[in-house]
Amino acid sequence: MSIAWYLAVSAIIFVLGAVGVITRRNPLVILLCLELMLNGANLALIAFSRMWGNGDGQVLALVVMTVAACEVCIGLGMIVALHRRRLPVDVDELRELQG
Amino acid sequence: MSAVLFFIAALGAIAGAVGVIVLRDAFYSVLALVGHLVSLALLFLLLRAEFVAAVQVVVYAGAVMVLYVFVVAYVGGDGVRGEIGQLGERLRGAGPVASGLRRGGALLGAALAVELMIALLGTGLEGINGEGAGYSPGPRTFGTPAFIGRLLLTRFLLAFEIASFLLMIAAVGAVVLARRRRGLEGDDEGFALAPAERRRPALTGTMAEGVGAVRRP
Repeated sequence: MSIAWYLAVSAIIFVLGAVGVITRRNPLVILLCLELMLNGANLALIAFSRMWGNGDGQVLALVVMTVAACEVCIGLGMIVALHRRRLPVDVDELRELQG
Repeated sequence: MSAVLFFIAALGAIAGAVGVIVLRDAFYSVLALVGHLVSLALLFLLLRAEFVAAVQVVVYAGAVMVLYVFVVAYVGGDGVRGEIGQLGERLRGAGPVASGLRRGGALLGAALAVELMIALLGTGLEGINGEGAGYSPGPRTFGTPAFIGRLLLTRFLLAFEIASFLLMIAAVGAVVLARRRRGLEGDDEGFALAPAERRRPALTGTMAEGVGAVRRP
């Protein structure tokens, strides 16, 4: 399969993640959709890495995975803190930044 | 053979992504994301990225998703929620606001898709129409753990170290965010004093008292 097919799949995954971030309201699902977007970017990076035949894209994909893990860590910590304080777990309800 | 595998994996990945968005229950969304990640690992294997595929399955689909499952079980997903305000009701139902939101999201997604397709496929690059650079199997060739490890420890050493620092900072930040705060919480359960802070009879506790370092009252 040519590289263009992989790029098309990565674009579709990225767009699906973006639509999910826009339309869903549960912050857990928004985090999942952020993962989708990062994974689409990862697929494009690895496809380009294959195209060039060197490993730079793969290393960058590993770094993206690290960033995704950090984001999950912080995001889930925030959701647990929200739940502890009996706030609604819904991004439309959370309009005040002050604690 | 590789074409068949590609289409199976691509359909699995896209179906998993659709499932994450469409499914109502957050737990099913997490399961759909696990399926998506495994399909994506298959795509990585087809692109000769063996180490990244293994990391994807072991770390992502294994460890990170377990975190998600725990938090969904703790928070309760979509079903259990606190009181829902007026805005949430309006957005969730079948009213004009909700359908407008969905339509706007679909429109924006379509625009983004067109733009990305133009940007990726309309570049005029010769390389994206080929199979990629030459590849010969071997223990130290493109994409193996030895290859990635050599790159990480030589050319990308700084990025590697920064990533490790980032992970540590994120772990500390998550602990700070999710810890119990005294006085800030709405409920008072679970704030019993530690035994050392409780008032106790004199001369029954510490070693200092035992050796006479503390005067008898």
